[in-house]
Amino acid sequence: MNEPRSPALSEPPSAAPIVLLVGSPNVGKSSLFNALTGGHARVGNYPGITVERLSGQARVPTNTGARSVRVTDVPGTHSLAARSRDERVALDSILGANGEPQPALVVCVVDATQLGRSSYLLLSVAELGVPLVVAVNMIDEARDAPPDVAELERALGVPCVVTDARRGRGVDALRATIARGLEDPRRCDLEIDYPPALVADREELRQHLPEPWRGDDRRERALALWALASLDEDDELDDAPRALREAAIRVRARHADRDLDREIATGRWAAIERLVSRVTRRDDPHPQKRRGTERADRLLLHPVWGFAIFVALMLALFQSLFSWSEPAIQLIESGVSALQGALRAALPAGLVRDFASEGVVGGVGNVIVFLPQILLLFLLLGLLEDSGYMARVAYLMDRVMRSLGLHGRAFVPMLSGFACAVPAILATRTMERQRDRTLTMLVIPLMTCSARLPVYTLIIAALLPPGEVLGLSVAPLALTSMYVLSMVVSLAAAGILGRTVVRGRRMPLLLELPPYRVPQPRAVLRMTWRRTMSFVREAGTTILACTVVLWALLTFPRSETAPVVAAAVPAAAAAAAAPAPATGAREPAAAPAIERTWGGKLGKALEPALEPLGFDWRIGVGLIGAFAAREVFVSTMALVYGLDEVDDEALPLRERLRLERRPDGTPRYRALTGISLMVFFAFAAQCMSTLATVRRETGGWRWPAFMLGYMTTLAWVASFLVYQVGTSLGF
Amino acid sequence: MSLADVSPGQNAVIQAVGGQRAFRRRLLELGLLPGTAVTLVRVAPLRDPVELLVRGTSLSIRRAEAACIEVAQLTSAASEPLASGAARGPG
Repeated sequence: MNEPRSPALSEPPSAAPIVLLVGSPNVGKSSLFNALTGGHARVGNYPGITVERLSGQARVPTNTGARSVRVTDVPGTHSLAARSRDERVALDSILGANGEPQPALVVCVVDATQLGRSSYLLLSVAELGVPLVVAVNMIDEARDAPPDVAELERALGVPCVVTDARRGRGVDALRATIARGLEDPRRCDLEIDYPPALVADREELRQHLPEPWRGDDRRERALALWALASLDEDDELDDAPRALREAAIRVRARHADRDLDREIATGRWAAIERLVSRVTRRDDPHPQKRRGTERADRLLLHPVWGFAIFVALMLALFQSLFSWSEPAIQLIESGVSALQGALRAALPAGLVRDFASEGVVGGVGNVIVFLPQILLLFLLLGLLEDSGYMARVAYLMDRVMRSLGLHGRAFVPMLSGFACAVPAILATRTMERQRDRTLTMLVIPLMTCSARLPVYTLIIAALLPPGEVLGLSVAPLALTSMYVLSMVVSLAAAGILGRTVVRGRRMPLLLELPPYRVPQPRAVLRMTWRRTMSFVREAGTTILACTVVLWALLTFPRSETAPVVAAAVPAAAAAAAAPAPATGAREPAAAPAIERTWGGKLGKALEPALEPLGFDWRIGVGLIGAFAAREVFVSTMALVYGLDEVDDEALPLRERLRLERRPDGTPRYRALTGISLMVFFAFAAQCMSTLATVRRETGGWRWPAFMLGYMTTLAWVASFLVYQVGTSLGF
Repeated sequence: MSLADVSPGQNAVIQAVGGQRAFRRRLLELGLLPGTAVTLVRVAPLRDPVELLVRGTSLSIRRAEAACIEVAQLTSAASEPLASGAARGPG
């Protein structure tokens, strides 16, 4: 019976049937998914939007042995009503519409301790008349008043099974029930009583359903009701049938005196209350876990102590992101350098060798160097999510973040941006709305990430005068100023972009505070691994390609007179440091070689645009090289000056920059040039990995292109003002 | 009175739910229907948002939206906020 139901949208008959896992948030759906699939899952995206889709293989028993099914996890939702594509994912998945494959069976997960809360979605799915199985999860926590599952089965007319996914109990029974559901599909026959007037409206809308939406009575009625609840003048479902939307608007306008949304919700809740009173002696409104949670929240959400604990936790998170990843990053970098060295020793000098060591190995290094921080951040985020604390972060920070137009959950990603923008951008997935994610992603790269530190250090040491200003030494003062500047500007940018470019509808906060639970290490580790690997696959390839392009830019055309020599690779600069794409330094005599490369020519071509900022073509080449990663600026500048030794301190380079003279004998780079350059680095999107990650997370080049545009403009204008105003003031 | 006027620890019964349509619909779907009992559990440290207990679920919404929910205060409330938090109304 594994024939898919809708021939138009079906997979090939040989493919494993699709079993859809749906449920409200916090009913333990992910645990159940892991238990069914053994945790082996593919992370994918729904077409056109960036909602994560997990799917994995599961084995279910049959008369003759076992068969494979593909289990797909649908994002948790309370209802199928939708006003945007993100929200319609659940309905599309259940119906196999809009490019989603046709599922053979839907498993709806409900919370045994809160049957009422989790049954709203159950009834909405049941109304569609799809083949259904119900998993009553968290049965262990409902010991006091366990629901009568046999009675639930009678009431709904579909197979029901109790599970405790976190401990793996009932999972085999669920497998057997899935197998049974595939052999002998059952559809729910529960009828919901709606007021006669609403039934009439529903029938009217039913006449306007487009052909692919048609089906049996139950499905058509449910979809008509869905349209009534979801479609109106300003929903964001651009591809919804026009005739249907117009009909919905017409019906709604005709009944201005009635409250259609309330009629629908009231009808369903009345059915839920009947159902719950039938299967439980009491729907315990505040089970044991709620009481423990309430006690914990008295402390964790306390006006004083709650905030103190929050600040301490965030500091710990940030500190560990920095310090724990550092040794691993160093290890990766020395490994990459060693491999590059070995390649140079093994291969004959020439283009192949350079490409292999600088382009390929360097490029792979540029990807894996992010892994320690990404793994660590996902791990910490997973623990925060799984324990239930992340919702509290949003609760505590909402007031602050809202004034900037940001979601409360944007706090952790923005904080992580001070370590590295790449994991921080990946962390924006904790937010549900695309608009909130996009806005947060756009401002994260303005945070002073650790890759800017080596650049700032070089500039401060080389170009800023030593000494004191108002009793404070210049170096720490300058560095602190850069941090403050980056914070102020990123928050201002959030405020402005949130009111202009990513305006979107202002969505009121509706935050559920789930009960606290002990995080499941295995589940968190699996999720961490899956997300990291999907970064490697999807953003990693772009980063690798960009590294090769940058290598080519700074290598070709090759200068005949400048033999490339094996040279020191820049040592690990700082956290998130990536090996340079063009690290092989040339002999001093060959210094101008880079000048003749395309990169060098590009630098020269850019000079007119850079001159008002106080930069020359050499800095232009450095900026091009810095696209690989900001700290590569240091090694590229060393290349420009033909210095073959670049260590952490970059002492020769500092000297060189300080002593550079124009033909007329004046210093080529002044203190003001240094400040202007630092300001440029603070705001420019000088990081291909960040852009590649944004492309992966937003599903296209539109937002990374916008990011590059707005940040470069901001950087140019800010540096221009600094340099020009500074110059006119006589600095 | 509105839900925004209820003090922490007090119970009330929802009379009417207002606000922008999409948000209002989500509240209704979560069971915030006229006649439903609601407890205002606490107010966030920065005075906004507020935490509600409805039908056994902890929800957090902002004051501005809480002000759109009309309630009638229960007189026998404060003693044990959790006890009657999710009592179901006739709605």
